[in-house]
Amino acid sequence: MKTIKFLLVTLAVAILFNSCSDDNDDPVIVQENPLSEMNRLTTLSANNHTIELYSENTDFTVGYNMFYYRIKDESTDTYLSNAQITVNPLMHMTSMTHSCPKSAISKMEDDTIYMGYAVFQMPGNADEYWELNMEYTLDGETYAISERIDVGMPEDGFKRVQSFIGADDKRYIVAMIPFEPEVKVNAFSAMVFQMENMMNFPIVEGYTLGIDPRMPSMGNHSSPNNENLTFDSSTGKYNGKLSLTMTGYWKINLQLFNKQGDVLKGEPVTDENEASSLYFELEF
Amino acid sequence: MGHLKNITMYYFFKRPVFWVFKGPKTINMALLALCCLSFHGKGIGQEVPVPLDQDSILPINLAEVIVIAPIYKDMEHRSYQKPLATLDGYLESSQKVSMIKRGAYAWEPMINDMASERLSVTIDGMRIFGACTDRMDPVTSYVDVSNLSNVHVASGQQGAKMGNAIGGALDMRLEKSGFVQTDWKSAVETGFESNNNARIYGYELNYASDSFYVDSDIIYRDADNYISGDGEEVAYSQFTKYNVSLNTGVKFSESQKLLASFIFDEAKDVGYPALPMDVSLARAFIGSLSWVQDTFLGDLYEWETKIYANSITHIMDDSQRPDVPIRMDMPGWSDTYGFYSQARLQSGGHKWLFKWDGFYNKSLAEMTMYPNNPNEASMFMLTWPDVRTLNTGLFAENTMAFENSVLIIAGRISAQGTNVANEFGRNSLRIFYHSMEQTQARFLKSLSTEYRYTFKNVELVNGVSYGDRAPSVSEAFGFYLFNSFDNHDYIGDPNLKNEGALELKSKISLPFKNGKIGAEGNFFHTQNYILGEIDPTLSTMTIGADGVKIYRNLEYANLFNVSINGVWDMSKNLKYNGLVSYHRGVDQDSRNLPFISPLTYSTSFRYSLPKFSASLSLRGAADQVNFNSEFGEDSTSAYNVVSLSVAKTFFISDDRLDAQVGVENLFDTYYSTYTDWNNIPRMGRNIYLTLSYAIN
Repeated sequence: MKTIKFLLVTLAVAILFNSCSDDNDDPVIVQENPLSEMNRLTTLSANNHTIELYSENTDFTVGYNMFYYRIKDESTDTYLSNAQITVNPLMHMTSMTHSCPKSAISKMEDDTIYMGYAVFQMPGNADEYWELNMEYTLDGETYAISERIDVGMPEDGFKRVQSFIGADDKRYIVAMIPFEPEVKVNAFSAMVFQMENMMNFPIVEGYTLGIDPRMPSMGNHSSPNNENLTFDSSTGKYNGKLSLTMTGYWKINLQLFNKQGDVLKGEPVTDENEASSLYFELEF
Repeated sequence: MGHLKNITMYYFFKRPVFWVFKGPKTINMALLALCCLSFHGKGIGQEVPVPLDQDSILPINLAEVIVIAPIYKDMEHRSYQKPLATLDGYLESSQKVSMIKRGAYAWEPMINDMASERLSVTIDGMRIFGACTDRMDPVTSYVDVSNLSNVHVASGQQGAKMGNAIGGALDMRLEKSGFVQTDWKSAVETGFESNNNARIYGYELNYASDSFYVDSDIIYRDADNYISGDGEEVAYSQFTKYNVSLNTGVKFSESQKLLASFIFDEAKDVGYPALPMDVSLARAFIGSLSWVQDTFLGDLYEWETKIYANSITHIMDDSQRPDVPIRMDMPGWSDTYGFYSQARLQSGGHKWLFKWDGFYNKSLAEMTMYPNNPNEASMFMLTWPDVRTLNTGLFAENTMAFENSVLIIAGRISAQGTNVANEFGRNSLRIFYHSMEQTQARFLKSLSTEYRYTFKNVELVNGVSYGDRAPSVSEAFGFYLFNSFDNHDYIGDPNLKNEGALELKSKISLPFKNGKIGAEGNFFHTQNYILGEIDPTLSTMTIGADGVKIYRNLEYANLFNVSINGVWDMSKNLKYNGLVSYHRGVDQDSRNLPFISPLTYSTSFRYSLPKFSASLSLRGAADQVNFNSEFGEDSTSAYNVVSLSVAKTFFISDDRLDAQVGVENLFDTYYSTYTDWNNIPRMGRNIYLTLSYAIN
């Protein structure tokens, strides 16, 4: 009996000691930070506010990026939950300036965190660069802030976004939503935008994105039971199923069909035609 | 993986032909005629009728025992048998077993034209399963003749004692000195074969007393490429193997014995000329412990309980092949743990055998492909998704003896559960079978009756039975397994139904003055026969493959085997054997099943004196007319192969020296049989020499 008691006491002390030391080491707020798994890509400071920008990626990369924002009031050292935010990335090219497909900014469950995506079609370079323009309204007052950002190609160099002129002479952008590929039937999503002009990129509704995954290193074989991506009006995404029968490099050949089923871009893969001109790439 | 149907893909080297006589057609015809004239005599096999029940009133039996151990040497001089042949060689010479060949090593046994997944292959009753997805390591490849006393071949449901199977059972029985006062004994054996420069060295050391015995042996085989009948070298047909085994027993009392056995078997650098890959390592650890008691509860007797475990590692690789579309590694593992407990009972005219058995198997195999672009990630898949199989069953057999007849009724019920333990593998299969459950359960059954009747020396056996089997790991859960014969990738189907066969068999044996003539036939009506069927919608995984097949249940398939055999004692010392057999297998649409034997025959003359013997034998087959081209088969041409051997025994004080010289394929005939994967040619003329020196 005595031994058991001793053990119980020791255990209790150990637990107590452990939790205390946790409290002492880290500020409480970090423990609860839903962004702790994310990478802070940049911090913008102005107007006595600090705006933190987070992403699952370590860099601004070409393709679909989901960004998370927090606004800290430097005077009170608190994160603000009552802001209205708009974000408009601009690409300053030598000959012109254009924007990119992006979403409105919404709030997450933790209402000090705001989120929205942007789809960068191209990387910056020495002469041409992306600029993040942000406007936020707090208590009726609107602030603007902007910063040049470095958007690079993904480290693996794989294609996850493609912009093109369709058979209907309209400009489109197709972007893959990043996911963790596995050997299984993967949920697979993409977005399709139309480039109305330099600044407006509305979501294209009701089209179909045909997929044909292939392994060029293994005789260009395909996989069974894929499902073409169809439009989901509630999320604005095109969702389908992607079967990957083994790890390695896969080329996801695509064909974009309009509502009438006409091909706007992409070719079927056949014995003669190894790949479509419209495709995504992945490797795992 | 490319397919090796094209013969030009072998590496050929001319070698000097030292026997110009190539066996012209006339000679072959003459030999064939001789065979046919001579009562279709019995085959060259070394079958010894062994009654199931030692005091059974009728010696006739449908089972076949292939004798291997030297313990039988004293009974009869066995010159007709090559002493240090591989186990595959022994099995092939049997009447009931045929062997699928993918090279010179690790042939796959078939009984009634049914292979691994339809058979129960055991070592001393232990269940053991190969670890290769491409069936390059049949269980028979993990033992050697050095540690076997015999192989018990049971046809159809007669093998139900060993497990659920359709085609039959093959039990390889280990050689044991037993509790006899022989003290220390040892023997050295060596052999050489000219064709593939095979070198065989064996040593055994045994000790036995009336309360303890230990048998140990080691054998080493090393062979180069063999040369086919047209003098061309068959590349990648080499192999190296060694096998060590230890058997021991302790007698605790007159009625209580504890036995243990252990086998270590390792093959390296094994070439498979018929396949696009070779094997760098095939290794097995096989162990068992058994308790034997003469009496048991109540009137039960001969109680034997065994626990066992075995573990197999099999590494397929293509590093020796100069030209492959993509480099790959394909390792596989198979671990099995099991037990059985059996006892006999006699009451009135009934003799009972009861057996309870069970096993647990883990089968895992993977495939990693290395793209030619080194910057690209390697491609990985699980071809056997860590399938765990748990099977337990009850078997009972009742033998009733009447005045002129015996009735045997036997039955088995088993429960089998499978669990696809690996999540990666489950997800892989769910690409095809969206709602596949992780686990499944099946119930298996077998019921057989056999009636043996004797009337004025004429012996007659008739039997009816039904049995079923669960799909094998490959058939249920295989993921893109490449078959180089039909050049298709295979995918398993976890939803396959059990395959069940109704079996009819009949045998008659007519003795005459100096011999015996017998006829035997069986018929299998197999419902839900499992076979790969092409799915044209699927994309091949293997580079160069023609398509993808999925294992399906055919509505039914019918298999029919019939044979006539005879033995004739021409004089006191000269014996004649002959066998002719015919097989046919078709599905519900009259499509031919693959691997069905054409008309085959074998015949031999044996001359034996106490210390000298000689034999002359011929085996052959007619043209293969019924073949399955969907499975990659084509018509295999008729052939005749003649072999001869001479053996002499010398006594040097108390020690004994057995020497044997023989020639196989005397006329250096170029041939391949219906069981030769991708029609690879068989070995040409081969001269062998074996010496066995026993120190008493």
